[in-house]
This record gives sequence, structure tokens and C-alpha cells, in this order.
Amino acid sequence: MRLYSWGRYPVSDSQPHAPRTPAAMAALLRHQASAPASLIARGLGRSYGDSALAAEVIQTQAFDHLLRFDESSGQLRCAAGVSLDQVLQVFLPRGWMLPVVPGTRFVSVGGAIASDVHGKNHHVAGTFGEHVTRLTLLQASGEVVECAPDQHSDLFNATCGGMGLTGIILDATLRLQRVPGSAILQQSLRSANLEEVVAQFEEHASATYSVAWLDCLARGSALGRALLYLGEHAQDGRYLAPRPGRLSVPFDAPAFLLNRFSMRAFNALYYARRVDPQARQRLEADSYFFPLDGIAHWNRLYGKRGFLQYQCVIPQDAALPGIRRVLQTSGAAGKGSFLSVLKKFGPGNAHWLSFPLAGYTLALDFKFEPSLLPLLDELDRIVLDHGGRLYLAKDARMSAQTFQRSYPRWEDMRALRLASGADRLFNSLQSQRLGL
Amino acid sequence: MKNILIIGANSAIAKAVARACAEEHARLFLLARDSALLAVQKQDLEIRGAAAVDYAPLDVTHFSLHEAVLEQALDTLGSIDLAVICHGSLPDQARCAEHFDAALEQFNINALSTISLLTLLGNHMSARKQGCIAVVTSVAGDRGRPSNYVYGAAKGMVSQYLQGLRGRLFPHGVHVVDVRPGFVDTPMTAHLRKGPLWSSPERIAQCLLEGVRQRRHTVYAPGYWRLIMAVVRAIPDALFKRLPL
Repeated sequence: MRLYSWGRYPVSDSQPHAPRTPAAMAALLRHQASAPASLIARGLGRSYGDSALAAEVIQTQAFDHLLRFDESSGQLRCAAGVSLDQVLQVFLPRGWMLPVVPGTRFVSVGGAIASDVHGKNHHVAGTFGEHVTRLTLLQASGEVVECAPDQHSDLFNATCGGMGLTGIILDATLRLQRVPGSAILQQSLRSANLEEVVAQFEEHASATYSVAWLDCLARGSALGRALLYLGEHAQDGRYLAPRPGRLSVPFDAPAFLLNRFSMRAFNALYYARRVDPQARQRLEADSYFFPLDGIAHWNRLYGKRGFLQYQCVIPQDAALPGIRRVLQTSGAAGKGSFLSVLKKFGPGNAHWLSFPLAGYTLALDFKFEPSLLPLLDELDRIVLDHGGRLYLAKDARMSAQTFQRSYPRWEDMRALRLASGADRLFNSLQSQRLGL
Repeated sequence: MKNILIIGANSAIAKAVARACAEEHARLFLLARDSALLAVQKQDLEIRGAAAVDYAPLDVTHFSLHEAVLEQALDTLGSIDLAVICHGSLPDQARCAEHFDAALEQFNINALSTISLLTLLGNHMSARKQGCIAVVTSVAGDRGRPSNYVYGAAKGMVSQYLQGLRGRLFPHGVHVVDVRPGFVDTPMTAHLRKGPLWSSPERIAQCLLEGVRQRRHTVYAPGYWRLIMAVVRAIPDALFKRLPL
């Protein structure tokens, strides 16, 4: 069956399995164990590239049960196929929030752990995996192992951010967080260029949530002009679960609609929107955290050939020159996106293949076209020269060398996979490309 | 407080129905084959807000057990306000076409077991003079197609049965809803390629509960299948038999 993830590039021919019980899942592994296999767990398919694609995929959709909730501590144990949307639907009305949410709530808990996702509060809260107190992993041998930061810690640190390459996460225990209200009071700040928005990030480093939308096609002294959005929880004790979106993109947009002129016009208009830095705008949690979830299938806007999201992080010391070079280079090539996002990261963590590190991350969407790939290779060189790296959950094309130079613990991961037999079973298109 | 019985409770649609009912603090009794999965569902539904959840294992093809297990459900719930029947199996049509044993097994699962359960539930509810029965059938029951006619015939049999049962129970204040989903993205259909006409089990559950609330008779889920099936039924046989459906 043709299968692809959110970026719709690449497309693989995959055999999906949807086991309903842990025993059925383990049987699938035994069935595979005879020859080297290409098999990977797949949640809701919201990674962008090829990390959840393989010859055989094991869908975790049937593993979507809440298993235990401790009302006093906020510890929730749930199966790995539970979506963040489900968690928020059940617990946000009761005053509990996920400590970290990515830009979409339609990801599974297992996927959020495997990608060690981050959100608008990374600089103060870290990644999703840093709030996981325990997880259960089905290994290649069929053995089920409980691991935690202080129990089988190597396996835990390899699994959080491990892109499903250590085994299949069956369930996890998360720490939910009490919030004073589910809505967010948002402050918007305009900046004239990249230097200014970085200075604003530094000035507001204690804000709970911060993220900037960037005009990726502005040039010269306006390069990197941006709108920075800061957010704090409302203190009003009102709680509203995310509402279903009302908009949908019903079919693929003709890809020619996205060209350098329409992009430049969109970016200029968006930048020019009215912004009052004194005002605090009240936004419900869904529109603040997941604005794009309101538009079903928005990935179709990039046409049927799909798109690539390029997300890099550059360490603090080199962030300004590094991000500037990336913007200059992609802008000069006339490639740009509607949504270019800049965010200040807090420190990295102990998870071996986790993406964030102290510095700045930039995410750019590019419509897929063959001429894009050489440009992205050039961006890779800039990112590496500045000591940065790329986000595995969004990657569909980086080279093994780029990966191995920028993720210093990749060899530990390789060794752990060899030792546990995972290398003969859990292989995604991505892991094969990256030499894991 | 509502007392709800769900049969085939481990099916994806049933799970979604149970969750929606749990949010409204219903009391639930679940029946399905795999009691380990039912135990997990009990935890899940109680966290989601169900007033109480009980369950018992049931292989629907053991007709002789139906009466006892429904007694057990009644003892636990006291009375049943809503019974939802969701169990089913998607047969290997090619095998069923060649071997009657295989077809019979499918008729037992998808049709006769349901009719046995409906007989018992109908008797109970007509005596109590209240309640609602919702049965998940299929748009496949609207017209037989070469690719799927054993499943279609079984579901169609249930739909016909429900039409009669509805009339029989009406004077007793009992309502009967026939829910006919189109393509649903569940573990049962994981191997099939999905397109724009596919729905999530949650969407089907919503249609089912809305149909129960509004006392609808035949609910196409989602509603656009009513139109599609009207067209499918209108095609003359001389043409229909030539279509690769």
C-alpha cells in the first residue's frame, strides 16, 4: 500500500499491520525475526518525512487506552497510541494540561516520545520526553522492558528521541501539569530584523511560551523581520477542551500557486498586520497551540508532490550568524514558505538523539521540487559549520554524514541497536538512510 | 443516569461509542470475546468519567450462552436504556464464495448471532416498555456486490430484521435504530487503502448517538452515504452486474 507521512514526501510501498493486543504485536515481531527486516512503529503519521515509513509498519491506533490517572499528582499512564488530542479532551476541562505540546495535537504519545517533541515552552520546560517518568518498551527479542530515567536509563535515553529504533513503545507515564486556566494571554511584538527578534527573545526568556513567525523572504536590513508571540496562561479558572476544526483543504492545491511572488506577497502582508505590543489577546488553547489543526489536511496546500520542512537548530553562540546565512541562502534561491518559525531553545537533555540544544531553531516549509534538494544540501553545510543539526521528525533527505557529524551519540545508538537485535528488525527508511 | 449495554465492545466503533457515553457518566456493561481487552477498556472508561463499567466475555457465535450473559448484564445494570450491537467480521469473500462452511461462519457472526441477541433484547425491552436498540449494520447490506456479497447479505439480513422488529416494538415504546456506516478506518480495514470517503470510528459513533437521541430509524454514517447508496440501488441489474464493484 502507498504510504506517506505529513510532508507527503517520500512515498513508500508499505504493508501496514494494526494489531489489537500486545500479544498480536509481539507475534508480528516473531514473524519478522527470521530475516533482517524493515519494520517500524507508526502512530498518527504526523512526522514529516520517512521516519515512520518502512516495508512493514505497525500501527498503534488500537493501543489508545488511558490506563491510570492519579488525581493528586497528575501522573497519567496511557497506551502509546493515545493522541495528545485525547489527553487534552479528557483532562484539560479538569484543569490539567500536557507539560509540552508540539504544533499539532494529532500526534500519538508514542510518537511524541520517539521524536522527543518540543513546544513553545522549550526554553523553560524542555522536551516531551523530559516529562515522561516511565515507559514500557517491546524489544526486538519480544521482551517487554520497563524503563525510566533511573531504570534501564540507557534504554530510556535511547528511546526518548529514538525514532522508534529501540523497539515499540507500548505505554508511558506522563506528568500532567495543573494550569490556572486553559486560555492563553498573548502578547505580540514586531521586530525590524533578525537581530531585533533575537534580542526580544533574550529579553523575554522567562515568558512561559514564546515563538516567532518570520518573514523568510525579507532581504537586506529587513532580513529576518518577525512577529514574536509571547504567551501566559489565563488565570481565570476556565477550561475549554480543543474544539474540532471547521475548515478543511478538500484536494491538492495546484502547486504553481505557491511561487516566489505569492510567497513574498503573503509574507509581506502577514508582517504588516496590526500589532499592539501593549495588548494582551485572549486565545483559547486550541487556537494558540494548534492554529493549523483548525484546517484539516493543510499539507495539501503544497500540492500533490508534497513538501519538506527544514528545521535546524544552531547553538547560542553561533545562532545569529548561522540563522542569517540560512535565511540569506534560501531567500537568494527564491524559495520560501508561508510559515517560517523561529524559537529560542533551552538546554538540551540526556536523550541520545533528541534534537533541541541551547540556541535557536528555525523551521522552513518548502514545496517539493527537484531543484530544492541541492539548496537543502547547501543549508546543511551552513548548519554544520555553525555547530547545529536537523530535526529527525521532519527530515526526509539529510545524508548519513550530516547526521553522524551532528548527533554525537549516534554511535551509542548504533551499538545499543546491535546489542538488542533492534538493528535486524526496527529499520525505517530514515534509519537506513542515516546508517543507524 | 443511563445504563448502556455494548455488544462487540472491542470493535473500534463500539470503543468510540463507549467513550462518548463515559463522558456523560453513563453506566456501562461491555460484552466481547477478549476479556483482557475489556479489562483495559474498563480502566480507560472509568478515567474518562463512566459512572461504572462492568464486562463479561462473550463469543457471539455461542448462541446458547446469549440468554445467560444478558441476564448477567441485566443483574448488573438493573435495566437497559440503550443496547448497542457492534460486533462483526469482514470475511474473505473469495473463500466464502467457494466454501459454504466459511460463508456459514460469517453468517453466524454477522447475522444470526445478532438476531439471537435482538430476540432476547426485544423481549426484555418490550416487557419494560422502554429502551432503545442501535445496531451497526453496513451500507454493504443495501445491495450485493461481487467483491463483498457474503458480508453484504449478512448485514442486509440484519437490516431487514430490524425493520420488522422496529414495528413490533413500537407499540411498546421501544425504539430501534439501524446504523449503516460506509468505509471506516479501523483495525478491521487496516489493510485497505484509504480515500476521501473514509471516516473515523469516532465520526460513526457520533452519528450513532445522534441517531439514538433523535430517534432516527435508518442512519447512514456519515449522512452522505444515503445519497451514494440511493444511486447504487438505482442502477439497473443489467448494468450493475457488469460493474467491477
